[in-house]
Amino acid sequence: MATVFAAYAWLVPALPLAAFALLTAFGRSLRTTGAWVAILASLGSLALALLIAGERLAGAEDYSQSFNWLAFGTATLSVGIDVTNLTSLMMVVVTVVGFLVNVYSYGYMRDDERMTVFYAYVSLFLASMLGLVLADNLLMLYIFWELVGVCSFLLIGFWYHKPEARDAAKKAFIVTRVGDLGLLIAVLLLFWYMPGHALDFTSIGNVFGNDGGAISAGITTLIALLIFLGAVGKSGQFPLHVWLPDAMEGPTPISALIHAATMVAAGVFLVARTFVIFEASPAAMATVAAIGAFTAIFAATIALAQNDIKRVLAYSTVSQLGYMMLGLGVGSVVAGMFHLFTHAFFKALLFLAAGSVIHAVHTQDIREMGGLGSRMKTTAWTFGIGALALAGIPPLAGFWSKDAILAAALERNPLLFVVGAVTAFLTALYMSRLFYMVFAGKPKDDSHAHAHESPAVMTAPLVVLAALSVIAGFVETPWYGWFGEWLTGEAAHHAGYLAMIVATAAGLLGLYLGWLIWQKGTIDRKALAARMPGLVRVLERKYYIDEFYDLVFVRSLRRLGYVLRAIDGLVVDGAVRLVAVTAQAVGRLNTRMQSGQLQGYLLAAVFSVVILVLAVAGRRLW
Amino acid sequence: MTLLGSYLTLAAVLFCLGLYGVLTKRNAIVVLLSLELMLNAVNLNLIAFSKYGMIPSLTGHVFTLFTISVAAAEAAVGVAILIVFYRRRVTVNVDEFDELRR
Repeated sequence: MATVFAAYAWLVPALPLAAFALLTAFGRSLRTTGAWVAILASLGSLALALLIAGERLAGAEDYSQSFNWLAFGTATLSVGIDVTNLTSLMMVVVTVVGFLVNVYSYGYMRDDERMTVFYAYVSLFLASMLGLVLADNLLMLYIFWELVGVCSFLLIGFWYHKPEARDAAKKAFIVTRVGDLGLLIAVLLLFWYMPGHALDFTSIGNVFGNDGGAISAGITTLIALLIFLGAVGKSGQFPLHVWLPDAMEGPTPISALIHAATMVAAGVFLVARTFVIFEASPAAMATVAAIGAFTAIFAATIALAQNDIKRVLAYSTVSQLGYMMLGLGVGSVVAGMFHLFTHAFFKALLFLAAGSVIHAVHTQDIREMGGLGSRMKTTAWTFGIGALALAGIPPLAGFWSKDAILAAALERNPLLFVVGAVTAFLTALYMSRLFYMVFAGKPKDDSHAHAHESPAVMTAPLVVLAALSVIAGFVETPWYGWFGEWLTGEAAHHAGYLAMIVATAAGLLGLYLGWLIWQKGTIDRKALAARMPGLVRVLERKYYIDEFYDLVFVRSLRRLGYVLRAIDGLVVDGAVRLVAVTAQAVGRLNTRMQSGQLQGYLLAAVFSVVILVLAVAGRRLW
Repeated sequence: MTLLGSYLTLAAVLFCLGLYGVLTKRNAIVVLLSLELMLNAVNLNLIAFSKYGMIPSLTGHVFTLFTISVAAAEAAVGVAILIVFYRRRVTVNVDEFDELRR
């Protein structure tokens, strides 16, 4: 089939970019109109992305288009777009969630004065994210990579009058910077070592895929690890995960869009996009798998002990991103991308439902909530579906994707499989805890008794996402590997029923235990907590990672900063100030000499002549 | 030769007296007078050289006459300026003449 719509793929990021330009130019004069501009732009992107995806489903050929941007010496830098199955899939995910979040924000941000600014930022984010997805070379990807980071920074700090939001924005920017630096070095290394300085993904695929030995094994591993460092920073993997939970200070739709569904998945997408480099280096693959598995179980344990509804979901996101990395690390792009695909829907759903709850009760502390299920029926139902999907209960989307990862892990390494299964159990446990504490039981606070359901503009996206969370998994099942075939061209193989049974059992066990503890009360959770106070405190303090970083990095760097500032103030500024003071003193002296008194001038002239005469005469005598 | 030397010495003494007057007196009229003294010292020099110099000639006399006439004109202009100044500022004190600074 001919490519018709793919040729217009550049319009997908261009539409939100135009919306951003419009909103920035006419900002304050349009309030709700501005929101409509952004919503319509994202709707346009969504429609085009769906058309392109439909064309690809019908078997269109890959489409790419690029032109030279800069030429220096023998090297050229190009910009261009690449429409493949992978990028069109990401495009659909980003535009679907982006559009729904835009609609939802219309209700959530209605009372905010800076609503148009919010929509401008969201549009810029969508444009950059879609640019990142479509980029046909690594340098262009890196540029958009930084742009989404900037948007994330702007939106986390959107309520900048809150000091926590400001701090969180700075933290997010600085921590991801560590990873971005790794990616930048990787891009430079590739530029240096690639034949012809080519940075486009096709050439990278050719060079690394052929195993031709153009680049030595050590360098390959180094490049792969540095790219992975970038992904670790963006996707909140251990040890750079600390920024993601703090990023929840931003508005809730942003948490859903950027910090659950799209931007944080960019790291996973990056690894999938440059997967040939990882495949060429077994050590890098093992690292990806190990970091992913560790992050998955590590963050899941923290999520058990958090009391802020968004923080629980944030740690859950970190954990699920670890899952995706695990899937990639064990060699299955299909499993990783599949989980990214389903996770985007149900995690965005969970965040938006949490936002709906926060909108109703104006608190984020789950200990103050309870009994909201009867008053917020749509929210409770959709949240429940999202929670079940996340917990991996069949036949919801999360089950199929989690099963794919577990099956791939079982094939590679039983230990990773066990870690994954335990994580699945913990996931079900903390999700049931969250659900029961928020929606079940009795209201803990009288003021919440009057909480009511959010407006339709907010619940409609929830319903759509809930529907997607139910059906998205059926594109790839052990009996029907259509998604994997479409994505990579080869049929994905499943390990059979063991992984499936274990995953289901872990999920159900977690839910049952959660029901026993938080709903039925068979197991007294106070007694449980009292039995191991140390563990509870460690989990509540998130393993003291923040404190550790503060002690080791933040304080020492701050001290270094003070020293450097002192040097700057004394030496550099001192020299500049000395020059200024000298010039001033000379000037003041000259001002005093220019008194306007002719006699004074004459006296100076006479003295000068005397000195001149003495000098001339003296020279003759010499 | 000694006669030339004494004329030159006299001229130098006159010049220095004039210069001292110009530099130190506060009354503008006295400054103008001292200026004339310096000019006359120069005239004396010119005359002395034209009479007792290496090549005596009439040129020195001519120059002296020029100087005297120019000095007369200069004095007239100078006093006129002083009068205008006096009308505006009601002072002939040189210390208060600081127009150049403005």
